[in-house]
Amino acid sequence: MAAIAMTPCGDFRESYRADTTIFPTRLSRAFAIAGIAALCLVPLTGDRYVLSLMIQIGYLGIAALGLNILVGFTGQISIGHAAFFGVGAFASAWFVEHGAPVLAAIPLAGLATTAVGMVFGIPAARLKGLYLAIATLAAQFILEDFFARAQWFTGGVAGRVTLRPSLFGYSFDTDEAYFYVVLAWVALSFLAAANLMRTRDGRALVAVRDHYLSAEIMGINLTYYRTLSFGISSFFAGIGGALYAHYLLFVSVEAFTILFSIQFLGMIIIGGLGSVMGSMMGSAFMVLLPEVVQGFADALAGGMIDRALGLGNAVSFLREMAIGAAIILFLIFEPDGLAHRWRLIKAYWKLYPFAH
Amino acid sequence: MKQDTPILEAAQVSLRFGGVRALSDVSFAVERGELFSIIGPNGAGKTSMVNCISGRYRPTEGRILFEGRDITGLKPNHRAGLGIGRTFQNLALFGHMTVLDNIMVGRHHLLRNNFLTGMVYWLGGAQREELAHRREVEDIIDFLEIQHIRKAVAGTLPYGLRKRVELARAIALKPKLILLDEPMAGMNLEEKEDMARYIVDLNEEWGMTVIMIEHDMGVVMDISHRVIVLDFGRKIAEGTPDQVLADPLVKRAYLGEADDVPAGSEAETGAVA
Ligand SMILES: Nc1ncnc2c1ncn2[C@@H]1O[C@H](COP(=O)(O)OP(=O)(O)O)[C@@H](O)[C@H]1O
Ligand SMILES: [Mg+2]
Repeated sequence: MAAIAMTPCGDFRESYRADTTIFPTRLSRAFAIAGIAALCLVPLTGDRYVLSLMIQIGYLGIAALGLNILVGFTGQISIGHAAFFGVGAFASAWFVEHGAPVLAAIPLAGLATTAVGMVFGIPAARLKGLYLAIATLAAQFILEDFFARAQWFTGGVAGRVTLRPSLFGYSFDTDEAYFYVVLAWVALSFLAAANLMRTRDGRALVAVRDHYLSAEIMGINLTYYRTLSFGISSFFAGIGGALYAHYLLFVSVEAFTILFSIQFLGMIIIGGLGSVMGSMMGSAFMVLLPEVVQGFADALAGGMIDRALGLGNAVSFLREMAIGAAIILFLIFEPDGLAHRWRLIKAYWKLYPFAH
Repeated sequence: MKQDTPILEAAQVSLRFGGVRALSDVSFAVERGELFSIIGPNGAGKTSMVNCISGRYRPTEGRILFEGRDITGLKPNHRAGLGIGRTFQNLALFGHMTVLDNIMVGRHHLLRNNFLTGMVYWLGGAQREELAHRREVEDIIDFLEIQHIRKAVAGTLPYGLRKRVELARAIALKPKLILLDEPMAGMNLEEKEDMARYIVDLNEEWGMTVIMIEHDMGVVMDISHRVIVLDFGRKIAEGTPDQVLADPLVKRAYLGEADDVPAGSEAETGAVA
């Protein structure tokens, strides 16, 4: 039963067009539009803390989407995603340094990251499983080393300072304004990915993942699509990295570690491998979890438990542990991720009160 | 049209895996419009032959000609465009995709939209193209009577339906030549009858040339125009179903020296023959 896409009674599709929309029902489409409208209002609340979390969720979500296209949809693996995120961050800062307006530097950084991704992706597309994992791990270390050495590109140990975007004299200096830049990129990226997955090349990626031998019989060139997936994945990593750079205004060569790469993997596992929206849910989870841990620690601060365990000093350690534990718990109990849970909840409410 | 060139020709095809001779010097030709069957005991090399035609294996010796053109070394993914489609003996659907998406993958080589035009769905013509092909795919869905499972995830379907979806996906390629590797294996009588009807319709109404591997001798003899028999990688007989059945070598391969026939195949084939 769960296999059949569930739609409410009375919601019949009268054309193939209505049957191929991103949002399965009129209501869900209305919800999505209302959701974006509501997000547009967030800056008006003036809550800087909420705003900064949302901006982080946004740029990390775009990068996670890229990784999900590679890992979740195409069935490849990458342990070097943070390094490509870093390439995007430095590239955008470099373009701005050399006179490009920030709003142009962001997509340029995406393209530059794609190019770098291709350098590693073209040989990697011929590898599978463990060998591919090792190759992407090599990319991670090579790029990290490159960041440390390529002073012209990264500023070396000093890192690189960069700017907020501006357009026609209006500067997106405040977090409130920058939020809209991130929101626009999030909307565009996720729409593009959702469209991709319902057209020829998106299906080809999933076909390569599910059964590469029959994919080949269907006329799909495996190497081309594995490389393409790497390219698209790098592009979104680059966009995410660029948005990160112009948000923090400073890019450090030490930020893009293998631990960060593993966090990206955690996001898509928690959100749901092979789910476009899951990438965003995973990013939100990964950003909010440490905040929740911090919140607990603060609430307990000074109390008996705190004194007994010395929580105050261990909070940063606790955060890392919570992330690790979350990944493991999801792998065991919810391997299809938050997106799957969300679908089940929706299906339940659609059939309510006839759920049984 | 060169009416006299066979649509497919295998010329002295041999295939070895180390010491195993899967095929030895097999030659045959399939005419346009034929419903052609390959039979033989388990391990006779039938699947290997189909793999040579679809490009999965490259013959150690010999050549495969499609419409007169040598395709022996052509990569499998270039054969869809020539008009060769196939199904697999062991199911090979895209398990996590819906039935509809599985079949749409069959349109891959006919679609022109790419990742860029796909991403801007409404702007670059991708939507128009996808919907046009969707309409044609619906004809295939109607033909195979799988409307009710359109949106089901392929991997969750029962065996008989999965076989049908695999056939639908192969038809979606618009092949001139379709290769069916045991399309009825594991089916009950009713499902077999349906499948036989689909195959005959494909051949007669849709105009596809069919090469079929099948163990059910009743069906093979009923619907095939011509049959070849493989045994231990060699072709031991060729002709109309009646001619082949009367052949003493065939009788021996199937019924005679029982210890030469791998266990299982005799029961499977003998029961219906
Ligand atoms: N990929 C392979 N590697 C090694 N041996 C193989 C391979 N494919 C087929 N064979 C061998 O070739 C012979 C013919 O197999 P196959 O073509 O599958 O037979 P059939 O389809 O007639 O049952 C068998 O002995 C089988 O073990
Ligand atoms: Mg076989």
